[in-house]
Amino acid sequence: MTDDSTAIPPDPSKPRSPEDNDRLTRQFMDALPHAKALGLEPGSVGQGRAEFTLPYSEKLIGDPATGVLAGGAVSALLDTTCGASVISHPRSAGGTATLDLRIDYMRPATPGQSVRARAECYQVTRSVAFVRAVALDDDDDRPVASATGAFTFQARP
Amino acid sequence: MSGAGNKRPEPVQVIKQRRDAALKALVDGIPYIRFLGIQFERRGDELTAVLPFKEELIGNPLLPALHGGVTSGFLETTAIVGLGWSMIWDEIENGDNDPADLVRQAQPKWPKTIDLTVDYLRSGLPRDAYARAEITRSGRRYASVRVEAWQDNRDRPFAQATGHFLMPDRSSG
Repeated sequence: MTDDSTAIPPDPSKPRSPEDNDRLTRQFMDALPHAKALGLEPGSVGQGRAEFTLPYSEKLIGDPATGVLAGGAVSALLDTTCGASVISHPRSAGGTATLDLRIDYMRPATPGQSVRARAECYQVTRSVAFVRAVALDDDDDRPVASATGAFTFQARP
Repeated sequence: MSGAGNKRPEPVQVIKQRRDAALKALVDGIPYIRFLGIQFERRGDELTAVLPFKEELIGNPLLPALHGGVTSGFLETTAIVGLGWSMIWDEIENGDNDPADLVRQAQPKWPKTIDLTVDYLRSGLPRDAYARAEITRSGRRYASVRVEAWQDNRDRPFAQATGHFLMPDRSSG
């Protein structure tokens, strides 16, 4: 168990506005030194869904012969995006950690292209959130990777 | 038994030097390993991956805890380097000491991850982490690897993973 919970102060009494969600996303990013180190860029986050982009970077190459990004960098992108989708769930009191994450690598990401991840927190209980996600490069029809995971969840009272 | 046959055993420094040079050549060329700062320690053919703590590995500054992506990247890297190392081991043991040869042998076509399942058992603390990979099956085409990572206490792993890997085609020599 580890990682993605953040400095978001929960205010369970009020529903969240889109501005709140933007603020939460920024806080989420600022709170994650590793996300910064990877160069992750937040896209839209809210209502149990999240999108992040990992720009191509030479320092993240896993196979120098091909220039393909390391699986670990894609894992980190998917893990972050999944965690953000959990925190943005309407019933979340804020904060989460990964329990488990399975990643399927369907093909290498094309060198030079950004990888975008989309995650959906599709079910929550009082203490567990279930998430699925997909990672894409410029070719929308052929996913690079997909992920399914369980995350810790704290429901609003 | 190794391929030494009836030959006189090599001096220990020669063997160590060759193995260490091969390991260095295997690992040094990979930018992502440098990005995370992973090092590999060797005892015979056994590798231990070491992830020295640094600030940019943090995912949760409040706890603080290692980022889940760091943990999975560390485990996956340990698995892949473990597979790569096992692929070149025999060649290194049987080869001569030509450093250029070693470097060539030590830069194989890498196995590709098919899938990786990571269990996060407890929070990754802001300190050094270690991991070892165990190749549970290695076939011509597919390999299965189990990896365990720990910090202060070997008996209390903070993460474990199982992965399947597609082995490179080695028929082309």
